[in-house]
Formats: sequence, C-alpha cells, structure tokens
Amino acid sequence: MEYAILFLPLLGSIIGYIGRSLTSYFAEISTSLFVCISAILSILVFLNGYQNNIYGNYLIFEWISSGGFTANWSINVDPLSSVMLVVVTFVSALVHIYSIGYMSHDPHKPRFMSYLSLFTFSMLALVVSDNFLQLFFGWEGVGLCSYLLIGFWYKKETANNAAIKAFIVNRIGDFGLAIGIFLIFFFFGTINFDEAFQVTSQFANKKIVFFGFEVNLITLICIFLFIGAMGKSAQFLLHTWLPDAMEGPTPVSALIHAATMVTAGVFLVVRCSPIFEYSQVALNLVTVVGMITAIFAASVALVQNDIKKIVAYSTCSQLGYMFFAAGIGAYHVAMFHLFTHAFFKALLFLGAGSIIHAFQNEQDIRNMGGVRKKLPFTYIFMLLGTLALTGFPFLSGFYSKDAIIEFAYLKNSSLGNYAATIGILTAFLTSIYSWRLFFKAFHGDYNNKKIPIHETHESPFIMLIPLMLLSIGAIFSGYLLKGTFIGDYSNIFWQSSIFFLNEIKHDFIPMWFLLTTPVLVLISIPVSYYLYVLNPNVLENFKNTNMPLYNFLLNKWYIDEFYEKVFVNPTKKVGSLFWKKGDIGIIDKFGPDGISKLIKTISNKTGRLQTGFIYDYAFVMLLGLSILLTYLILK
Amino acid sequence: MSFPILSTLIFLPLISSIFILLSKDKTNNNSSIYISLFGSFATFLLSLFLWYSLDVNTSEFQFVEEKSWINDFIKFKLGVDGISILFLVLTTFITPICIISCINSIRVRVKEFLIAILILETFMIGVFCSLDLVIFYLFFEAGLIPMFLIIGVWGGPKRVYSAFKFFLFTLLGSVLMLVAIIAIYWITGTTDITQIYEIKIPKEYQNILWLAFLSSFAVKMPMWPVHTWLPDAHVEAPTAGSVILAAILLKMAGYGFLRFSIPMFPIASEYFTPLIYTLSIIAIIYTSLVALMQDDMKKLIAYSSVAHMGYVTLGIFTLTKQGIEGSIYQMISHGLISAALFLCVGVVYDRLHSRMISTYGGLVNYIPKYSLLFLIFALAALGLPGTSGFLGEFLVLTGTFQKSYLAAMLATFGVVLGAAYMLWLTKRVIFGVANNSEIKNLKDVNKSEIGMLATLAFLIIFFGFYPLPLMETFNVSVNSLIYNYETALTSN
Repeated sequence: MEYAILFLPLLGSIIGYIGRSLTSYFAEISTSLFVCISAILSILVFLNGYQNNIYGNYLIFEWISSGGFTANWSINVDPLSSVMLVVVTFVSALVHIYSIGYMSHDPHKPRFMSYLSLFTFSMLALVVSDNFLQLFFGWEGVGLCSYLLIGFWYKKETANNAAIKAFIVNRIGDFGLAIGIFLIFFFFGTINFDEAFQVTSQFANKKIVFFGFEVNLITLICIFLFIGAMGKSAQFLLHTWLPDAMEGPTPVSALIHAATMVTAGVFLVVRCSPIFEYSQVALNLVTVVGMITAIFAASVALVQNDIKKIVAYSTCSQLGYMFFAAGIGAYHVAMFHLFTHAFFKALLFLGAGSIIHAFQNEQDIRNMGGVRKKLPFTYIFMLLGTLALTGFPFLSGFYSKDAIIEFAYLKNSSLGNYAATIGILTAFLTSIYSWRLFFKAFHGDYNNKKIPIHETHESPFIMLIPLMLLSIGAIFSGYLLKGTFIGDYSNIFWQSSIFFLNEIKHDFIPMWFLLTTPVLVLISIPVSYYLYVLNPNVLENFKNTNMPLYNFLLNKWYIDEFYEKVFVNPTKKVGSLFWKKGDIGIIDKFGPDGISKLIKTISNKTGRLQTGFIYDYAFVMLLGLSILLTYLILK
Repeated sequence: MSFPILSTLIFLPLISSIFILLSKDKTNNNSSIYISLFGSFATFLLSLFLWYSLDVNTSEFQFVEEKSWINDFIKFKLGVDGISILFLVLTTFITPICIISCINSIRVRVKEFLIAILILETFMIGVFCSLDLVIFYLFFEAGLIPMFLIIGVWGGPKRVYSAFKFFLFTLLGSVLMLVAIIAIYWITGTTDITQIYEIKIPKEYQNILWLAFLSSFAVKMPMWPVHTWLPDAHVEAPTAGSVILAAILLKMAGYGFLRFSIPMFPIASEYFTPLIYTLSIIAIIYTSLVALMQDDMKKLIAYSSVAHMGYVTLGIFTLTKQGIEGSIYQMISHGLISAALFLCVGVVYDRLHSRMISTYGGLVNYIPKYSLLFLIFALAALGLPGTSGFLGEFLVLTGTFQKSYLAAMLATFGVVLGAAYMLWLTKRVIFGVANNSEIKNLKDVNKSEIGMLATLAFLIIFFGFYPLPLMETFNVSVNSLIYNYETALTSN
C-alpha cells in the first residue's frame, strides 16, 4: 500500500505522457485516477497509524554507499509523514480534477497533467524519506517540477524568466541545505535521520572553528538547514521567486505554491526538530525570519492588484506564521497550521482561478467586481476560504492561527511576546487584504471594460467539486483535528516524530488576549467593506498623501530591484570580464597566441638575415673572423 | 598466460580500420560504416565481458599481460583494475555512438574519418590499460595525432588555429612528463608502475616529478589557466570529435592523477593539495561565470566541462573515500552527459549550420522530442538529483567538506551558477517563440539520433537512481588507493 502511494503518481505521469497521443482524455484520466487512488490509500495509512498505531519503514532499494555515506530509497511512514501524505495526495488529487476543467482549452494538457503527477511523486519522495539524501532528491525534484510548471506556457518570456528565477533562488537555498547535510555527515557520520538524531545530544555543546569564528556546531547545522528551508518556503530575502511564480497556470499555484511544495521548508524544520531543539540561537533566528516574513508579505499584499499575487503574498505571510511557530518550539502547531492552510489556501487559489476563468484570463482586481450573482458557487467558496484564512471563529484558520499566537505568548520570553504581537498585527493585515480582494472581486460595480458582464460565467462542475471538497476541509479540519494535532492527544499522536526538549506548558491565558485576534478579525470585515466598497475615496486620499509609502509597498520593498543591481548585473559583468579580459586578453594573449607571435617575429627577423647576396655573407664572415681574432689576441 | 584479452581489445579497432582501408567503397561509404560499426560494437561487447568477469573484490591488476618490448627496458605491460575498467567501457561505449553520429554529420572523406576514430579508440583503450609508463606515454600522446587530424581536416572555418592551439598546449605539457618518466627510470631502474609502487620514489624527487606530471595532466584535464584550448577545439571540431574529446580525452588526465600522481608521489600529492584546491575552485567559479556569457552553444558546453572537471580534480585530491569515488563517478557521468549535449548540438547544427544560441529559440514548438532530450541532458548537467550528474558532484562536495570548509562552500556555490547557465541556455534554445523562419521547417530527431540520445538519457537516469553497479566496481580499488596513500604518508 505504501509503495502504491508513492509510485502510482509516477506511473500516472509516465503513462499519461507516453499515451498522450492515444485519445485526448487518456492523460487526464490516467493521472487523475492514479493520484486519487493514492490519496485514498494515504488516508487509509493515516487512519491506520492514528487508530492502530501502525507505522513503519519500507525499503525500496539501496541507493548509494560510499564509505559511511550510505542512503536507501525508502518509504518511512511515521505520524509526521502520514500527515504530509494526506495533505499532498488529497490536495493533489483535487487539483488534478480541477485542472481537467481549467486547462480544457489548452492543447498541452496531457503534458500539464503529467508534470502535476511527477510533482506529486517528488513531493511524496521528499516527505517519506528516512535520510537527508532522499530528502534532497525530493527537494530538488519538486523544484524541477515547479520550474517546468511555472514555465509551462513557454512562449511567454515572463513565464520563462519566472521559472528560471524560481529554480535559481531555490538553488541558493539548496546550497544551504547541502552544506547542512555535509556538516551532519562530517560530524555525525551518517545522513540517516534516526541515526543522526540519536547522536545529536552528544554534540549539544560542541564548538567548531568555522572561518575563524568559534561557533556551536548544532547552531551552524540548523542555520544552514534553515537557509534551505527559507529558499523553498519563500521566506524573507529568498521570497522573490514566489510572486513571480504566479506566471504558471493557477492549479499549479494552488498545489505547489500554496499547499505543498512551499511548506516543505516547514516540514524540514519540524522533521529536524531533534536537532533544532538543541540550538536556541537557531530557533530564535527561525522565529525572527518567520516574523519578518509574516508582516512583510502581509504589508505588500495590501496594495497588490494582481489577484494571484495577493494570494501568493498571503501564502508567504502564512508560511512566516508556521516558521515562527516552529521557532518558538511549537512544531505541532506549525504542522497544524500547515495542514489547515493547505485546505483554505488551495481553496482560495482555485477559487481565484475560477474567477480568472470567468473573466477570461483577467487577473487585475481593479477590472473585476459586481459578479457575485453571476458566480454564486465561486462566491460562496471564496467567502469560506477568506473566512478560514482570516481566522473567523470556529473555522480552521481560527484554531491554527490563534494557537500559534497563543503559544508565542505562552513561551513567556521577550521574543515570544514580540512574536505574539507581530502575529496579532499580521492577522489584522491578513484580514484587511483578504477582504479587499474579496470585495473588489465580487462586490461594488462591474469594472471590466473588455468583457460585457453577461459573458462572465460560472465554472464547470468539474472545477466546482474540488472547491467544495476543499471548503469542507477549510471549515471542519480545524475543529475536528485540534485535539489530535495540538490538544490533549497531541503527544500520543506525534509520538517521537516531533521532539521537544522543553515543552511549552499549557498555562492560563488571559481572556483579553484570547479575544484580541478574533475581535480584530471581526472588526476588519465592516472596516474593509467601508473602505473598499462604500467609500473608496478615503483610501484614495490616504494613498495620494502617502505616495512614497504606497510605492514602497507596491514595489515589494524594492527587493527585486536591489537584487538585480547588486547580484544579477554584476555577475554578468564579471562573467564577461573573465571571458574577454581573462581568457582572451591575458591567458591567450601571453599563452599560445603570444608564443606563436614570438616565434613568428623571431623567424621573420632571422629570415631577413638570409638575403642571398654573396657580399652580405662575406661581410658577416669577415665580421665573425675579426671578432674571433680579437678574442684570441686579447686572451 | 591465458588469452590476451586486453591486447585484443586494444587492437580490434585498429584491425577494423585496416579492413576499412581495404574496402572498395566508391559511390557510398556503406561498407566502411558497417565495418567500423561492427568493429566498435565487438570491442564494446568484449569490454562488457571484461567488466563482467572482473573480480571487484580485489584491488590487484587483472588480465595482466606482459611482453618484453625493448630488452630490459620497456615492457608491454597491460592490466585493469576496478577503476580503469569503467573508463575502458566508457571509451568502447562512446565510440560506436560517435560512428553513428558521423552518418548524419560527416559528408567528405567519411572513410578516412572512420579510420581516424578507430585508431583513436585503440590509443584511448591503450591509455586506460597500460601498466608501464612508457607505453602509457606513447598511447597518451599518440591520441593527439588522430584528434589533431579530426579537428584540422573535418573542423569548422577556424580549424587550423584551433588544432594548432590544441597541439601547442598539450605538447608543451607532455614534454615535461616525458622528462619525468626518464627521470623515474633513472631513479628506480624500471618503468613498470607496479614495481614503482613497491620501490617508492624518494621524497626529494617527488615534488618536481609531480609537477612535471601535473603540467601534462593539467592541460589535458583541462585545469585553469591552461583551459583555453578546449573551447576553441570544441567549437571547431566536428560533432564526433567534440564527443570523444569531452567524453574520453578529458578523462585521461583524471585517470592519470589516480593511477600515477597519487600512488607514485603520495608525499608530493599531499604537499600540493592547496594548489589543486585553488585551481579547481577558480576553474569552477571562473569558467561557470564565463559560460554564463557565451553566445555559442558549443563554447558554453565546453566551459561547463571545465567547471565539471574542476569538481573532479577537487574530489581526487581530497583523498577521501567520498571525494575520490565522487570524482570517478563524476567523470563517468560527465562522459555520458557531455557526449549527449554535444550530440544534441550536432543534431541542430547538421540542420541549420549554426552553433549560435541566437539562431535558435522556440524549438519545443517544432521538434518536441529533441527538446525533451535536450532538457533532460541540461538538467543532468546542472546536477539534478535523479541523474548521474548529481551523485558525482554531491559526493565530491561531501569529501571536500571534510578537508576544507572554504573550498567546499565555494564549490557548492558553483552548483548555483551551473543551474544559471544551463537553464538560461535551455530557455534561449528550447523555449520561447521561434524568431527564425528556418526553425519552422526543422525535422525532429531521426531514428539513429533518437537511438543514441535515448540510450544516453536512459543511462544517465539509470545511474542516477541506481549507481551501485559502478560504485561496487571501484569500491575496493579506491579503498586500497587511499590505504596506500595513507601508509605512505605515515611511514614518511
């Protein structure tokens, strides 16, 4: 069964691609079917583990063995990976089904479906690995699929650039992850998770000299692993690829850039909790980066106009939440938020896709509005998604996000309090930008000049079913699984897959604190309705008086421009310099060309001596003879 | 002494080239092509049999043949171990592929071209199984001649300059190696390397001899800063020439380090490690940056080869298990990947006669099969896990990290640059919109092309997931290499 979960998507991908010429439906049916089976099996495996406590490690075959550097291809099912299995295969199956409708007009649909299944396989290989090398395989494998899918519409220059950007920024993160793995292998002597985690405590206080600095080994390992996580999960400074990645088809954004791949960083930190727990410095770093990302992305999301970019920044911001939850040591809460977020964010993305579909590929929310009656189902599902994201009481986001803020408070340290404050503030911003999107897209006047309103249409059934299933998840997943993931049963459920050195105690939390976030979230609904629908002039005036701030946010803090100037352009210049000046100007000039020129000059000069005139030769002979005579006489 | 299987292997291509000479092709070259294909396939099968019957549990040389050539001076001594066998198989595998590729790309003097390729194969096989310094030197340098002809006769417009540059660089290096070989004979009284391993060259000579060998190997590798002949040679060479150059000739130097420099001069090898690290790191970073800016596909791939060879030298001189195994793996894998990439360039070059990146673009719209294969090879070249390119690099870096954090971190950063130039190349060639009307009439890969490329793609992916057949072959030999090196250092 475990083997089937992993290999069915791969099989679907391959036979879907090969058989794409048989009938036009072959690829979509085979890929969707296989992933759906895989999803059902995943849920069975999860329940089997949850109820009967049946977990295990299933060997596929030995991969590599070089001295102590050994790794197997294997399927490791434990509570952590079983949760990820459910998230990945469930969302993937729904996205497959949705894509059948969404991509129905695209001639390259079989290729698209095949990539989606390949992605699912890579992501599964990542979450079920029992060693760092297979994790790295999945890690870069999902990066590859992300590259292929972002650049799916390969005729678009922007899509190609976004694809390359995503891969290379991720590679910078992978650089960190690779160094982390080298450190682990060098000191722990193994890259197997269990073996590495077992010996971690022995190195708790070990210091090593790294570039002249004496640093704690565990801290160093964690920092490098975290750089990898930052790249994949689009954390501040390595986030720039995620908004650009919206160039890909919308189902891709829902699957890869919301529910699964971008959460791999969080998964990595949680998986390595036995290492992170021994380094307070690294955990603090994780918290700080998570906090900055959460507030940064939320601030940028406030002013963006592209519907997908708003949701993308929102994803970035929510990933920030997960990281600061992990940073304060509440790994299970991070996983819980990862779980609920997968539902409502995939729902929002697919809903956004449905809106884009209705407006015939229009993505600017300024050109939407007033279509709630035309798109009744999409309206309801987007409403549920927005409520869940903002943390409206008793929906899934409420349980997971508020839990993060509460745990930050319970941490009872200054950093924890900062995190809680930032968390509340970000929750408020989240609520504002989410409702802005919602109101601008559905309420107010119809603002699209290209398409008359009667041409907008509700999406087909096949796209609405996945939305419905996801909204069920967005509503109930928080309430139903709260006890298991973060509540009283959490220790029994997670077992040893999450490690706590100092567990945060469930203390008393003051009532005012518990109520702050929900109250802010509730207040924000009428506030945004007033600002974005009833009286937009208030905001317009505010924008005009604070143009620099607006531009700063609109241009995403100018980080892309900064990178372009500081990294991209100089790299190209240096490359040119090395080539034109280094290779051609120095090495060749003084090397082979120089030598041949020298030989040529010398031979020209000596050649000129052979004039062929007898008196020249006679003169030289005479000269020689006189020199010889002089020498002999003087001696 | 049993059947001389290694001599047979060496001379089989040579004998088939004689048959080609005797064949009476007038109007077409079919019989030459069939003879050469038959000869090279037979060689390949024989080498596979050799690999199959090799005992991988010992590091001793096997299938040893020994004949006196010049009395009491040079012995014609051959033998293989777990390391050299893989290079041997790589050579015999790549050669038939080159011959198949000629069918599409070589139009003039086909017969002579095939003869040159087969003679080159003889020399290359000879390099990988010589156990005598003089024999090794002869094969090593003799390989220059057919390669020089391949570039100089069948090459592009600037072929004479390139062939000359190639010859000048490589010859200057080898002269010093010849002097060193004579010196070794003078010191030890033998050129049989198994005996030299036993005798142990005195410490005071090691450094200078090591440098002499380096001067030859560094050029062949090629290491920075003596790499500039490679891009020019590749650009002008015909496809088959580029393939052999990248896939096999570049591996001779890496093999040379493993077979000669380290076992014969262990103390010097340790002494000069920082030098090698420095040159390797410069090669990785510098040539990756240069590759980024190329507008000629073949030059770009050539520069990327220099960067990849940087990992090889880095890994070898870490003298750790992972480093050396990674280097060997990287060499084999680069042999497959670079061969495939040059074949890919050859495929479109045969059709449009341009190597410029700007000529192409949007190929995926018109020749999808080709594009898919190109993408696979580009991804393998940037070291994507699941392809053979990844394991070599990753093992090398793991090994390097145990010796030097700085070197490992810089080299790992090279991986980022590798992704940059390879993906940018792919974007400009494969994706986008065709801006050239000729592209619309391009024909996709034909049967022989897809046969070659798909075989290579299969092997690259297969060895990415299941490297054990290769790793088990050289495991014991590498262990003993490291063991001997370490005992030599401690006894010093």
